Amino acid sequence: MRLSAYVNGIGVLGPNLANWPDAALALTSRRDYVPAPTVLPPAALLPPAERRRVGRVVKLALNVALEAATHSNSDPGELASVFSSSGGDGHNCHELCEALARPQREVSPTRFSNSVHNAAAGYWSIATGSKRESNVLCAFDASFGAGLLEAMTQVVVEGESVLLVAYDTEYPEPIRAKRPVPDAFGVALVLSPSPHPNSLVRIDAALTDALPDTLANPALEALRMSIPAARSLPFLLQAASRESGTAVLDYLDVARIVLNVAPCA
Amino acid sequence: MRPIHIESFTAASCLGLGVDSTFKALLARESGLERCAFETVDIDTYIGEVRGVDEVRVPRELSRFDCRNNRLAELALRQDGFLDSIAAATARWGRRRMGVFVGTSTAGILQTELAYRQRDPVSGALPSGFEYSSTHNSFSVADYLRRRLDLAGPAMVVSCACASSAKVFGSARRMIEAGLIDAALVGGVDSLCLTTLYGFHSLQLSSPSPCRPFDVSRNGISIGEAAAFALLERTPGNLDGDAALLLGVGESSDAYHMSAPHPEGQGARQAMQSALRAAGLGPADIDYINLHGTATPSNDRSESQAVTGVFGRTTPASSTKGATGHTLGAAGALEAVICVLALRQGLMPGGVHTTRVDPMLTANYLLENRRVPLSHVLSNSFGFGGTNCSLIFGRAG
Repeated sequence: MRLSAYVNGIGVLGPNLANWPDAALALTSRRDYVPAPTVLPPAALLPPAERRRVGRVVKLALNVALEAATHSNSDPGELASVFSSSGGDGHNCHELCEALARPQREVSPTRFSNSVHNAAAGYWSIATGSKRESNVLCAFDASFGAGLLEAMTQVVVEGESVLLVAYDTEYPEPIRAKRPVPDAFGVALVLSPSPHPNSLVRIDAALTDALPDTLANPALEALRMSIPAARSLPFLLQAASRESGTAVLDYLDVARIVLNVAPCA
Repeated sequence: MRPIHIESFTAASCLGLGVDSTFKALLARESGLERCAFETVDIDTYIGEVRGVDEVRVPRELSRFDCRNNRLAELALRQDGFLDSIAAATARWGRRRMGVFVGTSTAGILQTELAYRQRDPVSGALPSGFEYSSTHNSFSVADYLRRRLDLAGPAMVVSCACASSAKVFGSARRMIEAGLIDAALVGGVDSLCLTTLYGFHSLQLSSPSPCRPFDVSRNGISIGEAAAFALLERTPGNLDGDAALLLGVGESSDAYHMSAPHPEGQGARQAMQSALRAAGLGPADIDYINLHGTATPSNDRSESQAVTGVFGRTTPASSTKGATGHTLGAAGALEAVICVLALRQGLMPGGVHTTRVDPMLTANYLLENRRVPLSHVLSNSFGFGGTNCSLIFGRAG
């Protein structure tokens, strides 16, 4: 069984990866890649008060989502969405657990509202006015693959365009010692059932037993292995190469995802 | 959409273990809510705690998954011959053709809350026995279930607050329709923890008495816990009339506020309308609505307006949260199981604890049980972040 979709826009943000064009240069070795801490710009979509309040996970998700939606030339309010993250807002979670460990147990209502795994999707919907369906997933290290399958089945079955946003940020200590995600990485794709003037590539997905592709650049391979959303890098490399080929992406222990990637004219 | 067969189902909540005791309790108009005595919680509120969760043991080879949330999942798996149904489905379809899609809002975060009380006084480190990935992480419950049941298809957790385990029905249905799988374990598991008890309390959304959905003096939710599962399959050609089907799924976003519903229930209305469209049904075809009905003043007001806007004022409706509490990420699946029971038994469960329906709420809220044959029922689930999901179930014949 194969699932097919067209990729009309890509957003990327990660360690020394400022956006999709910048990431494409690094992936195809047209510029040097040296890891450096991820710089998260403010979430431009949000009103100023909220922009200051939201955590790194919301900034990350909204930035890559907006980049992909803008490149695809689609109205963000008209896109169905799938958000997938291996852990949500680690800093907010830490603050809540600290508050609950103190005798007074004074929990901030804002922290509690923002602790839901779908916080970023909620802010996106409010900021873009999107009333479309939005699903929010977690599959631990398989979260990118889970998001991709969910988004592609939605494209194929419902025949509609879907924004996929996969994003992960770090936990602070002491959870960090148990879940050592080192930094923030996010990727967003706008997928549609039929070709579009902005289509970059067509992808055909299937489950496979093959092992995931690795990246030749050791720094990028380390990134792929250390942040779940960066399991998307073999696909991003193939899309950046502007050549037809395949990318095998890490997913569950029992299955990987093979993508045939074909550039659109 | 093409209907999906609900091959079997089960649930464990404060109302009962398994569908027979759940049905008997609904018939007797019982409630499982009791004054909160959970862990060290000192909040004046009522909760729906499932008895016996602490005594459940997960299989030894999965001991790293041991936590209240996965024990609750295990407890539900053991009811209603559900393990045998999964085994039979695996023999029918193959383990790689069976997906696992489970909703949860907090998974086993209780483990982390407890671990934060036992940090090393010098380094601040969490205790060495603390397992993040198999207890705290949202995926832990789906990961537990796929290993416990030896299923090898796509697996994920949906975590959209209180709509989580309604939305898994939509994901499973799309995966089956796309041909990626033939069957799926869907459900919801959420267990009591300090984050939600103190969190809802901080928002002044939890009631000091058992929750009274749609009551004129309703004043907040009662938090509950539950595990509820359904085995969904590609619909076979030869179903008997009693078989239950998932007929429609409708999803939407409010685009309004992170923790308050749209005041006129616009998103809720859109979800119900799109579920009707997917099912190819009109409002008059729905015999009973299982409301989200959390018993906060604003949620019930918003939902009542949405229901009346789509269905008018006559379609019988009730919330079962007075009986079960609000089981958060498990509510969608628990209420789906209640809807399928309602269809099978011809029961519209009247809301419990509610005595006087708020005259401002114009939906036809049931205060007594009604025994009548039902053809189609609709279930609503809404969550923080403005996420909405409506499901429609029906009988095959």
